[in-house]
Amino acid sequence: MVDSSLVLFGQTLAYTLYAVAIMAVMGWFGYRVTKQGKGREIKPALFYTFVGFLVLAGVSLHIITHETIPWKPMDLNRSAIKADKTFSINIANQKFILPAEKMVIRKGETVRFNVTSEDLTYGFGLFRADNSMVFQMQVLPGHMNDILWRFDRVGVYTIRSTEYSGPKGIGMIEKNAVEVVE
Amino acid sequence: MNFIQTLLKGEEGLFKPDTLTPMQKMTLRFVVVGLLYYGLVVLEGMIMRGYLVKPVVGLIPPAQYYAILTAHPLVGIFGSTYSIVFGAFLFLVPYLMKKPLWSIKIGNWICGLVGGGTFVFWLSGFITHYAPLYTLYWPLPADFTQFSLWGGIFFITGIALVMVGTVLFVINIFKTITYTPEGMKKQPAGALLGSALGLSGFRNLFTRNKKEHLVSLPVAAIARGTIDAALNSGIILFTGVLILVYMIAAVFGVNLKHSAVDALLYKNWFWWGLDLIADGLVLIFVAGTWYLLATLITGKKLFMENIARAALFVELVVSWTVWSHHLMSDQAQPGILKIVSGEMVTAFELITQGLAFFITLVTLWSARPLKMTNPLKFLLGGLLGFALAVPAGIIQADLGLNRILHNTQWIVGPHVHVAVLVGLTMTLYSAVYYLFPVLTNGARLYSEKLANIHFWCHLLGGIGMGAFMGMAGLQGMLRRTIYFEGEFLPFMILAALAGSLILIGFAAFFLNIVMSVGLNGVIGIFLPSKLKTKDLLPGK
Repeated sequence: MVDSSLVLFGQTLAYTLYAVAIMAVMGWFGYRVTKQGKGREIKPALFYTFVGFLVLAGVSLHIITHETIPWKPMDLNRSAIKADKTFSINIANQKFILPAEKMVIRKGETVRFNVTSEDLTYGFGLFRADNSMVFQMQVLPGHMNDILWRFDRVGVYTIRSTEYSGPKGIGMIEKNAVEVVE
Repeated sequence: MNFIQTLLKGEEGLFKPDTLTPMQKMTLRFVVVGLLYYGLVVLEGMIMRGYLVKPVVGLIPPAQYYAILTAHPLVGIFGSTYSIVFGAFLFLVPYLMKKPLWSIKIGNWICGLVGGGTFVFWLSGFITHYAPLYTLYWPLPADFTQFSLWGGIFFITGIALVMVGTVLFVINIFKTITYTPEGMKKQPAGALLGSALGLSGFRNLFTRNKKEHLVSLPVAAIARGTIDAALNSGIILFTGVLILVYMIAAVFGVNLKHSAVDALLYKNWFWWGLDLIADGLVLIFVAGTWYLLATLITGKKLFMENIARAALFVELVVSWTVWSHHLMSDQAQPGILKIVSGEMVTAFELITQGLAFFITLVTLWSARPLKMTNPLKFLLGGLLGFALAVPAGIIQADLGLNRILHNTQWIVGPHVHVAVLVGLTMTLYSAVYYLFPVLTNGARLYSEKLANIHFWCHLLGGIGMGAFMGMAGLQGMLRRTIYFEGEFLPFMILAALAGSLILIGFAAFFLNIVMSVGLNGVIGIFLPSKLKTKDLLPGK
């Protein structure tokens, strides 16, 4: 499965290029709008072309991500997918209650995390050793919160709450709680 | 005049508060309140930027940090933005409709309620550290094991006061559009309302007998955004009462069960209401303000005006159906809502805001050569802010990308702060610079150099801060989290430096305005007007 760090790299590249381009366009516009123009009228055709471009950009983003980011279709169909392994985790009083001190996963396995909350709204996120995020989800009390993930790389991951649950929640970190082995 | 004289009497003593009409005074009061709260927001923002570089727990304990984090966006939205926007629109609607405001007295009450309410919730958070954040995810606001019960009661009461002010604003705006002033020919209230809301324009699409628009495009934008303001105040008031029920029960020693309120249903309800601001009235008001400023700056008709009108109507409908992009990481949320509301409807914002961007630029372009005045340069800054922030929002409103972006610094950096600080605030500054001589009967700006410092510091600071926060977010840095081991230190130092530029920019602006009107002038704004008139401007 494509790693989330690769997707983030692609996003960084695409957005940076866009940001630089739009700033350059606005800089150019700001300069040119103060200069004498040729008086050519902007035709509505250009406007409608721009509208078409916006529609294309808005729709194609979601189609492209659906076809290239594997966890997107997997998440939408997760109830129909059988996991190789399931971990049930509970949260109460700003504390994760894990099924084992270390949750061990074999490389290539698809794992389901079922997370429940006894009291507040929390988050459940998995992070690499360099603090970058693998994935996250919200954990709402009174509901089943589950996420399916396929682990294709060996590594040790830390769990932390990705949602604010009051000042008591700042220590909601379980270091090296998930290990993916060969 | 020397520095002290100018500080007291304003630039060349040109600003004379005694010559202001009650309408001008009312509008300027809103602006002063809004700018003071904006200064508070900038200071709070800088405290938090410093804390994210080095959390000094001995000086500011985490509970106080989160109290600041709770108050910061609320003071920014209500105390600052609502004040400036309400003041400007209570002036502009009668100005554009060529009739007096329905009630100046209510206008002043709105200013007091919004300003006073903001002070009440800010103070209660400051003293008691009540900190459920602006999102108020259930049942955190009713978690009295972490938060002060009485702090919460005062906090919610403060918010409620702001909402009452908002309801009065809605009434005043719609009454002004529809009423017939004394001595004027009877005005068609129903037809005016229909035009303002876009109903007559919608009917025109299906009939050959097309009717003329009775209200101008900016008034239509204000009316449609005001619909969202009304709906939002209803949602927030209801939510506040719900939380107050739990609080009052606790005062009497009864602990109501939190599970009586479904956390997911509450979250849907709350975000539906909150997005009426973030994805509703803000975008509609901003588009309307862009159109107004573009036509005022150029003196030309708006490019593709009918399409712009229709786009405002679409934006209103979009704002009612877009909320689910905030629940893409909530696994219990139905997938169909995530795709239709979260992804597809949200993508419409790229189209509606993109149209507004294009229409405004073409209108400006058609009037070349333009002088690069303060209103124009800040308008261009505002356009750039939304051109950067809206695509950032569309990216995070994707099911695949939201899985690795939700609640990271990406959300609050390139999206929220760039939209609010660069997009919205620079648009408001453009309006402030434009209206300054109108509202002050020709007072002169103290220094163009300070205005330029304001522009560049704010623009570079806002974009820079958003960019460095975004870079940290892409590396996994969460929002609403304190990092004690310097995990993202380089990004946070750079974001703090960029934030300092915003502070410098605001200081330059504040000094410029105070030196323009003088301290005596600022006091004079809050004294009753000596002119007994409902006219907007003296003699008009």
